Amino acid sequence: MIRDPKDLKRYEPKERANHWVVGISFILLALSGLAFFHPAFYPLTQLFGGPTWARIIHPYLGVLMALSFLGLFFRFKHLNKMTPADKEWLAKAQNMVNGNDHDMPEQGKYNGGQKVMFWVMAICMLLMTVSGLLIWRAWFGFDITLVRLGAVVHAAAGAVMIGMIMVHVYAAIWVKGTIRAMWYGTVTRGWAKQHHRGWYRQVTGK
Amino acid sequence: MALQSLDIKQRSATTTPSTQVRETIEIAKLIDVSACIGCKACQVACSEWNDIRDEVGNCHGVYDNPMDLTAKSWTVMRFTEVEQNNKLEWLIRKDGCMHCADPGCLKACPAPGAIIQYSNGIVDFHQENCIGCGYCVTGCPFDVPRISKEDSKAYKCSLCSDRVAVNQAPACVKACPTGAIQFGSKEDMKDYAAKRVTDLKERGYEQAGLYDPQGVGGTHVMYVLHHADKPDLYAGLPANPSISPLVSLWKGFSKPLATLALAGVALGSLFHYVTKGPNEVSKEIEDEIEKEDAK
Repeated sequence: MIRDPKDLKRYEPKERANHWVVGISFILLALSGLAFFHPAFYPLTQLFGGPTWARIIHPYLGVLMALSFLGLFFRFKHLNKMTPADKEWLAKAQNMVNGNDHDMPEQGKYNGGQKVMFWVMAICMLLMTVSGLLIWRAWFGFDITLVRLGAVVHAAAGAVMIGMIMVHVYAAIWVKGTIRAMWYGTVTRGWAKQHHRGWYRQVTGK
Repeated sequence: MALQSLDIKQRSATTTPSTQVRETIEIAKLIDVSACIGCKACQVACSEWNDIRDEVGNCHGVYDNPMDLTAKSWTVMRFTEVEQNNKLEWLIRKDGCMHCADPGCLKACPAPGAIIQYSNGIVDFHQENCIGCGYCVTGCPFDVPRISKEDSKAYKCSLCSDRVAVNQAPACVKACPTGAIQFGSKEDMKDYAAKRVTDLKERGYEQAGLYDPQGVGGTHVMYVLHHADKPDLYAGLPANPSISPLVSLWKGFSKPLATLALAGVALGSLFHYVTKGPNEVSKEIEDEIEKEDAK
């Protein structure tokens, strides 16, 4: 449903659904995972029907997230190749964060920051999946050194991911007019021209 | 099993101190490997007192039965044939939880109160709080805890905490026909071990000694070994066990730091929004778009 025919389509329904599956599984994984990360978060296990259920469910959610992220990865990989303009953007990112985006270089569908996010997520997802399988005692029994290494990597990559996703979510809240792209796939032309001028030119031909 | 009659010194996944006021005596079990005849009375007594009945299993062509610790076999005799000083020696070690002063299992456990260290030194699993994650197995330097296939809870030797709480020696100690398993205060056990070591040295075992590894802060199950310089001979008893550096990294200072960092990101985002304001489409661009529309 497009209310304003002049709005630009940023995401297909399949892409949005895919992103939501990753997002929901990530949030559930982060909440249950934090509970095992530090005792301060242990009460979060109550959201999953108690600590033992949280332990049982967590790895299956992990499998769901790994598979659904693989979908996102192949959908968006080609749009996240780093270009010299991205590097310039990253060098000037401090200005952007300080609220001055006047002299930022022109960006395509994704800016340098979003691309860094994409690749960090891809690496963390790989680390989380492999280390998660290593420590999944319900199904596997790997060598103790591998299990210990898995536990360290799982906790470290998990912390990095949660931090990165906080930034990801905040960026969407901060840049007004962004979240609707995740809900129903469209953005205004003003939004596109302001934040992703290269992409705006490409889709409008202007 | 929760035992309120014993003082709790340390509790898993608990960041505030447990009761520290009452000082009770440290106890220890001393296993004199040189006096063990491998009769397995200790295994049977353990099974009987703790109401655990492991599967009978099969003969594997060796004396070891069962072949390994399980959720239902909290102690097993490990038989090793070695040649030392040009003669064959049959080394028999009763394996089980060592009740470390610095327990890796307790350090790794994410479930509050699932692993308890009593002030007398016993490290006990409280299965009602266990969530079955197996982190205790990851943390243990001796490969002792086992996860039950029936209920996914972790089990191991409790040093008969229920018996010790009422001033009884552990079941295995009670059953041992040769006095190879002794029980008492840790100090008394060290004194007893010193006598045994002197005796063994007189009998030609020059490297005889007490196994009370300091890498885990000492243990509350100790061995008298005829070859204390080569603990590895005794079915792979580790020479210098300690909590793996990976486990310390995993469970040490890095997690509170990471928690603070995440809180920093969350608060940083909030204050960024409050101080810098939202990033809206500029008036300039909106005007440009309006002009385009007017064309």
